[in-house]
Amino acid sequence: MSDVTAGDVTASDAIEGATTVVAAKPPSVTRVALRMWRTRVGVLLAGTMALIALCGRWFATFGEQEFVGKAHQWPGELMQESGTDTVFGTGDLGYDVWTRFLYGGRPVLIAAVAATALALVVGTVVGLLAAYDRGKLDMVLMRIMDVILSLPQVIMSLVLISIFGASLKLIVFTVGVTTVPRIARVVRGAAVSVVERDFVSAAEALGESRWRIIRSELLPNVTSPLLVEANLRLTFAISLIAGLGFLGFVSDPGAANWGLMIDEHRGKLRGWDQPWGSVLPIIAIALLTVGAGLIADGISRASAGIDRGRAPE
Amino acid sequence: MVLTILIALNGLLLGGAVFARGVLKFICVRMLVGELSLLIVSIIIFTATQLLPSDVAQSVLGRDATPERVAALRQQWGLDRPMLTQYLDWLGGMITGDPGTSFVTNVEITSYLSDRVVNSLFLLVLGAIVSVPLSLLIGAITARKRDSLVDVVTTNTMLVLASLPEFVVGLTLVIVFSTGLWDWLPAVVQLPPGARPWTEMKQLVLPTITLVVGAVPYISRVTRISLIEVLESDYVEMARLKGAPERTVLWRHALPNALGPVLQVIALNVAYFAAGVIVVEFLFNYPGIGGAMRAGVRANDVQVVQYLAMVLAGVYVVTNLLADVGTILVTPRLRTRVQ
Repeated sequence: MSDVTAGDVTASDAIEGATTVVAAKPPSVTRVALRMWRTRVGVLLAGTMALIALCGRWFATFGEQEFVGKAHQWPGELMQESGTDTVFGTGDLGYDVWTRFLYGGRPVLIAAVAATALALVVGTVVGLLAAYDRGKLDMVLMRIMDVILSLPQVIMSLVLISIFGASLKLIVFTVGVTTVPRIARVVRGAAVSVVERDFVSAAEALGESRWRIIRSELLPNVTSPLLVEANLRLTFAISLIAGLGFLGFVSDPGAANWGLMIDEHRGKLRGWDQPWGSVLPIIAIALLTVGAGLIADGISRASAGIDRGRAPE
Repeated sequence: MVLTILIALNGLLLGGAVFARGVLKFICVRMLVGELSLLIVSIIIFTATQLLPSDVAQSVLGRDATPERVAALRQQWGLDRPMLTQYLDWLGGMITGDPGTSFVTNVEITSYLSDRVVNSLFLLVLGAIVSVPLSLLIGAITARKRDSLVDVVTTNTMLVLASLPEFVVGLTLVIVFSTGLWDWLPAVVQLPPGARPWTEMKQLVLPTITLVVGAVPYISRVTRISLIEVLESDYVEMARLKGAPERTVLWRHALPNALGPVLQVIALNVAYFAAGVIVVEFLFNYPGIGGAMRAGVRANDVQVVQYLAMVLAGVYVVTNLLADVGTILVTPRLRTRVQ
């Protein structure tokens, strides 16, 4: 772990730099990661899909719940029968497949990002607190994390959905809360060694408060494992939330949703009978998750390289 | 009867945790911890149900039921008793394997689920039997040919596969092997009445591959990293210098010592299977507990959902326990330290 945060040059740094040989500052993790092809491909894939998910609806040719023609028609059939021009034909209930596709990414992506953000904030606080405390609080917090971990995420989500129904708030809450322990463990693991270093003792000697030490001494030193974990957890959150949609658990059954869309149209895969309604969202979710996974891998390779004192190729 | 056995068993464990030494003590403590976490999970699951916005009796009878009828039904099901009594009663049902009758479907839960539990276990074991040796093989090959073209291609393929959700993998397999490109394998499991899955193995090919694709990337990755570390150690160098063939060095000398972390990740993946079966069974219409879980949630059948959540959490805790004990047994350093 680099113990110097980029962009923070203080007076003591300057003096040290003047008297000793200037140690080359380690390059930032993201910049090193972006030098790797895997990260670039990941950013391209995940970025494109995220853009489609968020802004695609502005380019939709029909309304989200507009009936365009008979259900499950190929574009050619529709053109012949009613002269309606569609890109991928119609799907379930006679909606336009391309329009539903452009609308259906946003609920999945927003819920996944919100759940990951919630988990990141809570998990980081819990992990840093536990690492800094190293006493009773540490033990209590980590045992609570272990209990949450002993119930797989899908099962926890399904139990809560069976009780409260699949509202957006509930999905974000359960996916977020079940992700917290995974992040807290990684953050605690990375921070434990930082706590023992001299600059933390120095800050303690100066009488800085616990929160200040956690925020400005510990947090900057766990950013790269946190970045890796954030991307990894985002990948899993997308899978999980799209998976819940696939199982039929969405907050708004009338709205387009990639997960639900796949299930609604997969019957038409048989005999290749108008497959686009499920093929398009399958491709989109695949590219989105693979992209996020590649970014996570790139950052983890970059931070491992920096830790060993060299930047990878 | 069951309760007596349970108390005796726990006394034994407690005694072992206090008086035994070495590996035995560790196993006893670990089992007690596992039991405790299952107990806490049961409390979480039970209290969550108590927060149910609408009363079960009310929702079964419908909106226009008279208050008297609702009260009578509540009494019949014992919903009017104190919460602690209800919890202990429920927990007792879980432990003795008799969770009672579902309020929603009016079917006895064990008779509804017993075949399904066996079916799911079969799928899970099938997935494990295929994925564990395959992962060890892939891990060994990539570790041995480290940084070669084979290694780079395999590692990157595994990275991509690891990111994909199981329904994407499953449906891609369906498109390739049964509906889109070729028509080789059935897309869904359709058993004749009364038949069990193992009589129709051809239908199980795609569900099994889906589970395997979900697990192999993780297990093979850890095997590779763990093996690379061991292959660089002094005693492996010694074995090579003695003139042992590389094959023997890899399988006899290196692999047994690389197994510790691998066991952990295998356990994690069996636990993942326990959750993954929900989507996979729904996708392939497989008659197991995953499909039942999804149906239970759809029907608001809280009792079935509670029961299945406990069963799946139990699988998870037990697998992790076995992995911890296994790790101690295959790692000489740990084995001697606890003794």
